[in-house]
Amino acid sequence: MNGHLRVDWRASVSLVGTVVKWLAAAMLFPLVVALYYGEGITTFVAAIALSITVGWTLEQLDDDPDLGAREGFLMVALTWLAVSIVGGAPYVIAGEGSVAVPVNALFESMSGFTTTGATVMQNIGFEEHSRALMMWRQQTQWLGGMGIVVLAVAILPELSVGGAQLMDAEAPGPGIQKLTPRIAETARALWVAYLGITALEIVLLYGLHLLGNALGTPLAPNMTLYQSVAHGFTTMSTGGFSPAARSIEAFSAAVQWLIIPFMVAAGTNFALFWHVLNGESEHLFRDSEFKSYVGIIGVLAAVATALLVTGVGMARVPTIGPIAGNLEASARHATFQLASIITTTGYASMDFTTWSIPAKYLLFAAMFIGGSAGSTGGAIKIVRWYVILKSFKRELFTTVHPEAVRPVRLGGRALDERALRGIYAFTLLYIVIFFVATLVLFLNSTRNPDPVFPLSTLEAMSAVAATLGNVGPGFGVVGPMGNYLKFTASSKLFMVFLMWIGRLEILPVLVLLTPAYWRS
Amino acid sequence: MRVIIIGAGEVGSSIAAGLADNHEVVVVDVDGERVDALTYSLDVLAIEGDGTSLSTLREAGIEQTDMLIASTDDDETNLVACGTAKTVDDPFTIARVKNVDYLETWEHAENAFGVDFMVCSNLLTAEDIVRVIGLPAARDVDPFAGGKVQMAEFEVDEGSPVAGQTVQEADRFESLTFAALLRENDVEIPSGETKIRAGDKVVVIGSPESVQGFAREVAPGATPTGNEDLVIIGGSEIGFHTARLLEDRGLHPRLIEQDHDRARELAEKLPDTVVMENDATDADFLAREHIDEADAVVATLESDEKNLLVSVLAKQLGAKRSVAVVESGEYVGIFETVGVDVAVNPREVTAEEITRFTRETHTENVALIESDRAEVLEIEVDRESALVGRPIREAVADLPTGLVVGAITRDREFVVPRGDTIIEPGDHVVVFVDMDILDDVSGKL
Repeated sequence: MNGHLRVDWRASVSLVGTVVKWLAAAMLFPLVVALYYGEGITTFVAAIALSITVGWTLEQLDDDPDLGAREGFLMVALTWLAVSIVGGAPYVIAGEGSVAVPVNALFESMSGFTTTGATVMQNIGFEEHSRALMMWRQQTQWLGGMGIVVLAVAILPELSVGGAQLMDAEAPGPGIQKLTPRIAETARALWVAYLGITALEIVLLYGLHLLGNALGTPLAPNMTLYQSVAHGFTTMSTGGFSPAARSIEAFSAAVQWLIIPFMVAAGTNFALFWHVLNGESEHLFRDSEFKSYVGIIGVLAAVATALLVTGVGMARVPTIGPIAGNLEASARHATFQLASIITTTGYASMDFTTWSIPAKYLLFAAMFIGGSAGSTGGAIKIVRWYVILKSFKRELFTTVHPEAVRPVRLGGRALDERALRGIYAFTLLYIVIFFVATLVLFLNSTRNPDPVFPLSTLEAMSAVAATLGNVGPGFGVVGPMGNYLKFTASSKLFMVFLMWIGRLEILPVLVLLTPAYWRS
Repeated sequence: MRVIIIGAGEVGSSIAAGLADNHEVVVVDVDGERVDALTYSLDVLAIEGDGTSLSTLREAGIEQTDMLIASTDDDETNLVACGTAKTVDDPFTIARVKNVDYLETWEHAENAFGVDFMVCSNLLTAEDIVRVIGLPAARDVDPFAGGKVQMAEFEVDEGSPVAGQTVQEADRFESLTFAALLRENDVEIPSGETKIRAGDKVVVIGSPESVQGFAREVAPGATPTGNEDLVIIGGSEIGFHTARLLEDRGLHPRLIEQDHDRARELAEKLPDTVVMENDATDADFLAREHIDEADAVVATLESDEKNLLVSVLAKQLGAKRSVAVVESGEYVGIFETVGVDVAVNPREVTAEEITRFTRETHTENVALIESDRAEVLEIEVDRESALVGRPIREAVADLPTGLVVGAITRDREFVVPRGDTIIEPGDHVVVFVDMDILDDVSGKL
């Protein structure tokens, strides 16, 4: 122990090393992809060597790490940072296009692991980038979706005792639900459910493609096996990266309809799937968060459909032809886009920068909603909004009846007031950070000589909301068909920070910046 | 296996900590804060709820559970929780009780209350205290067969009268068995001619009285002989059982109790104890009663603070040793810092007993010798056992060397094992087993 520090950082860093070392195993998949397509394997061989070396070196700091509560926060926060740095190495080593610049590689990697989906890749596609690298980009999101630390808890026995704490720091939403006596089993259960649904989506997407070939009618002509796997990875993780430059616009209407339910599933609490798999499907319909979540998507999608079909929601005619007056297309794009933004996936079935201000504003507001607790989604989360609305109702009631004692209930259980305070605090902090970050980004963008700058208000706000909420695309220059490449390096690093704190729900990272954390 | 623990207090938490490494543990408690704390401190599933309600037990997965441990602070809750568990399934149930009456009822009919194993914290604590003051020379003492049999380990030092004697010379006790001599790294099963050397560790099994007698042989200076002055302050249940157990060993303690009726009741129940009625915090009274000459003062009052005060007072007056009961575990260290020689925490004692018990499967009770060199087991033998139906001499000859039958209880009465004793089905046998042959033997007993 260091005499001045009250935090045993060596233990934390050593376990971060263990996770980084295991990242090499994850890189075997793109290596296989490279072999399959006959591409060069040097990039990933070098990256694997790098992860093992870095991981092993960090591990040497403490041969028997013992995690306390404080060390847990540090370990989780640093794991995400370290994994993003090492996971960005393949972009640099490959040296292909804009992402070969280290700052951009870090941005792309952090955006991947945090399942944000904001990109700085200038030319998305296989002309400039190898298939292996594009698959790694998809895979980073899949690894980050259910959580790197949850995965580590599932496979590393040394993390079992402090596992609950670590998962709590990483898992989206307030508190974790233990499903089984052993935390490692809970982590495995979550990952197995995640893996299973991902596999199902891949099978259905590719099945649609094969069915179309068999019938002779192109149902999903572009949805090859590669694309099916790639999109399975980033739908279930609510990531939003796509190897196709035009995102999901590049695929057929059938594919778009098929992806919607999987995005909704990805934004659902995975503990519910576990219960369903155990034959207790009543959990699904009893869960107030799940009901509100599906309801919100339904209502907002209906509003957006109405806006689009009447033409109020369209400002320009998009490249795919007019949407107004076409009910199927309006419903499809409205539902897809709302589901994509609420779950913080960030796919686009069309270029929604062509939408009018009211429709865009609807999407912007949706960026703050977020998925369910315990899902792979980001932002504030349905459960928090649900609880806040219920406590507003209580405030109104107690204004009239000051003596009333009314606990706030969540799914029949009364919440204790401390949990309530935590929810208020997080939500307020999120909004404060959003405004401050917008200001910082604004000021920084005025120094940018590029003609697209300075940003409009909505553009700057959307860039912050999309990175902090792990959504991905915003409006204007950072729209679904655009990218974040034109920002200055300092702005990019700032957004890397936003993605990082957004994924870990702010507190585990911010607490590290308080002097009290490092003192006794 | 899967274990449900009802109650996440000191006892429940420490049992959970002891079992979490090797078993799937579910802890149930009514207090949400304790449940939260446990979730993060141990790798267990903690559930908020009432362990006596069927719906909570179902939520905890009672159908898949092998063992249920009811360890709340309330006897009745524990008994009801065990009974409730038995209505849906047949897990092995363990209940922690304070009240000795429940233990007696349960011993009378072994399936009473739906409890398969009962741990009485008051009795255990008293046994612990008696061990501390009655056998200070013993390195390790464990009760078996409900206290009817004791296993003790003594180190023979230079000045001990038994050093240099053969086992036959040293063994002058009717119901005592020399189970083993531990030398450097080997476990020796002694015969009558084996010489006891200084530095040996002797493991004996027998009735509490004979073990006490042997302790006087081994370490006459450090063992109460019956003329010692032992003072128990506080006529609580623990105080009463301490006095009773000391009487069993042929000692004559004094007991001080403030309440008139309680003092009278204790005096009736304890023929060999001098009961005095007074406030034990009265320094004049203590001086008058020559507490300064007491060899040991045991504080078993109802509050930790009073126990601390009395113990310190007694030490200050000049008592040789003081032992105090401490209900809250976190004070144990403080008590021993300020001059109490031994602080006994009933919760810790209970948790240790339950944890030790759960670590074994078919045996009734177990004690580890020198942490892993040998085990002393209590087994209820059935017809299948290799020990049943023939003289012990023959039975043991057929088993690998390293096994000694130390004591037998039949219908809760002590039976002295001789070479020609025949063990019957249903007897509780306390055996000493060398670790090397444990796996080989345990299936055959």
